[in-house]
Amino acid sequence: MKDYQILIEGDSSILIVFGDTISTEINQRITSTVQLIRAQRIEGIVDMIPAFVSLLINYNPLVISYDALRKRLEKILQMETKASETVKRVFEIPVCYGGEYGPDLKNIAAHAGLSEQEVVKIHTSCDYLIYMLGFLPGFCYLGGLDERIHTPRLETPRLKIPAGSVGIGGKQTGIYPMDSPGGWQLMGKTPVKTYDPQRDPAILVQAGEYIRFVEIDEAEFQRISELAEKNEYQVTIREGGA
Amino acid sequence: MGFRVLKAGMLTTVQDLGRNGYQSQGFSVGGALDVRSFNIANMLVDNPENEAVLEITLIGPELEFTADTIIAITGGDFSPRLNGEPIAMYSAVYVRKGDILKFGSARTGTRCYMAFSGYLQIPMVMGSRCTSLKSKIGGFKGRKLEAGDYIGERIKRRYLPFFLSRKLPPPDYNNDNGVLRVVMGPQDGLISKQGIETFLHSEYTVTGEFDRMGCRLDGPIIAPKKTSDIISDGIALGAIQVPSAGKPIILLADRQTTGGYAKIANLISVDIPRLVQKKTGQKIRFEAVTMQEAQRLYLQEVKELERMRKEIHTPCKEVLDCRQVAKRLERLYADAETQRFF
Repeated sequence: MKDYQILIEGDSSILIVFGDTISTEINQRITSTVQLIRAQRIEGIVDMIPAFVSLLINYNPLVISYDALRKRLEKILQMETKASETVKRVFEIPVCYGGEYGPDLKNIAAHAGLSEQEVVKIHTSCDYLIYMLGFLPGFCYLGGLDERIHTPRLETPRLKIPAGSVGIGGKQTGIYPMDSPGGWQLMGKTPVKTYDPQRDPAILVQAGEYIRFVEIDEAEFQRISELAEKNEYQVTIREGGA
Repeated sequence: MGFRVLKAGMLTTVQDLGRNGYQSQGFSVGGALDVRSFNIANMLVDNPENEAVLEITLIGPELEFTADTIIAITGGDFSPRLNGEPIAMYSAVYVRKGDILKFGSARTGTRCYMAFSGYLQIPMVMGSRCTSLKSKIGGFKGRKLEAGDYIGERIKRRYLPFFLSRKLPPPDYNNDNGVLRVVMGPQDGLISKQGIETFLHSEYTVTGEFDRMGCRLDGPIIAPKKTSDIISDGIALGAIQVPSAGKPIILLADRQTTGGYAKIANLISVDIPRLVQKKTGQKIRFEAVTMQEAQRLYLQEVKELERMRKEIHTPCKEVLDCRQVAKRLERLYADAETQRFF
């Protein structure tokens, strides 16, 4: 049985929808579909945008016809992918919590009825799946935030949140890859540049990978900052079975 | 070699056909809003298809050339003047070192494009020279042009084949009927039957909230069945979102890569250049066509551009007329400076 639906989005895009609920299974299905399509190097595909439950494919209709592309996609979508093939990659992102780095940590703690240290412990105790990137270059939509520390957004968004800020907005947590306005409650900051236009690749992570936050102190923050500035800091990546 | 910016205008940026392949990381595609005018500008100065040009918005800049070069200006009419004299749009124009090119504000359209035969000295960033204002990358230092900026050219090219043939008729933006064609979907199923009727049979007004990211429209409210919120998905160029307030938004070159509002329809590729030349207050309507029809129109557009390319590579009357040629040669020889024409 088909677990997907192919829809038309204008004259140069196809949208494949895999369901209507956010789940790790659907996300893995999308990640492996993207890999299969990339591996086939289909001429005429211009770009792809994987999202929570869908995959948008931009194509050039002068190079490949809709019918031909659809046929090739159907074939790929019917291939079996073995779960064992997907290796779980976890990026360890060091974060200095609280104080000037995370001015809203006290709000989050107060809202949760926990101590600041308990909030940090909860935040650093699981691997967050990167469902998709979007909104800003390198901005990750992460799944898996512990319900105990869900916190509503600020009533008045900040005009400028510095790059590297780690925060919570409702049920989500994430990192601001660049200076940006925003309404999330800021709990800390990472010295790692998750987006650096001068670096290749400019973005560290991709959809389907995981992020684990690791608590560091101010001295460590300074040390990593200096290394990151010189482009000498390597993020620790753990690899293993899911 | 190149030009200096004396006055920047409202929003003057370097653009090409955009930065593809990085949307999955959150990078917008960007690139010229009006791809048709962009293509014609490059064609007129014999440039490769994806060469970077200036995109000029609503109020034009003032530029001083620091070397001789050949330019072409297409798109909206911003009354360009070279040393105070009006110059032809949709035509290759030879400009000299020290010449001052001054644009006014948009008389017709909203965006104009200026191509240079010497290829702008702009570094490639992730496969493109286009400016991404949000990511602050590409183009000139990742930002819009400001007074005092200088952009050079990568090559010297002061001779173009069939120079006198390099002109085309400008479009008549005032005669546009305002009917923009769309392919319905992918989330028109979330919109009520009444909402679809409203969308296809009402007049919408282009508002002032119209930038490189998108164009907000004003007009009758398009009602969803229940909600128009969706689980965020990728957004194609020309997608028409209907947020809960019911006023449609058409997404353009600098659109965010993903969004959470239902997309009722998608503007067809060939009608995007028409939309982006609309001024605040102008009216538009939507007409549904099939995806196959949209692709046929796209192919037709490519053929039309090919026809233009042939036209400007054909000797024109001035070239074939002996007296005209003699006159031109006489003029060239009379001016010792004109050695550089050859």
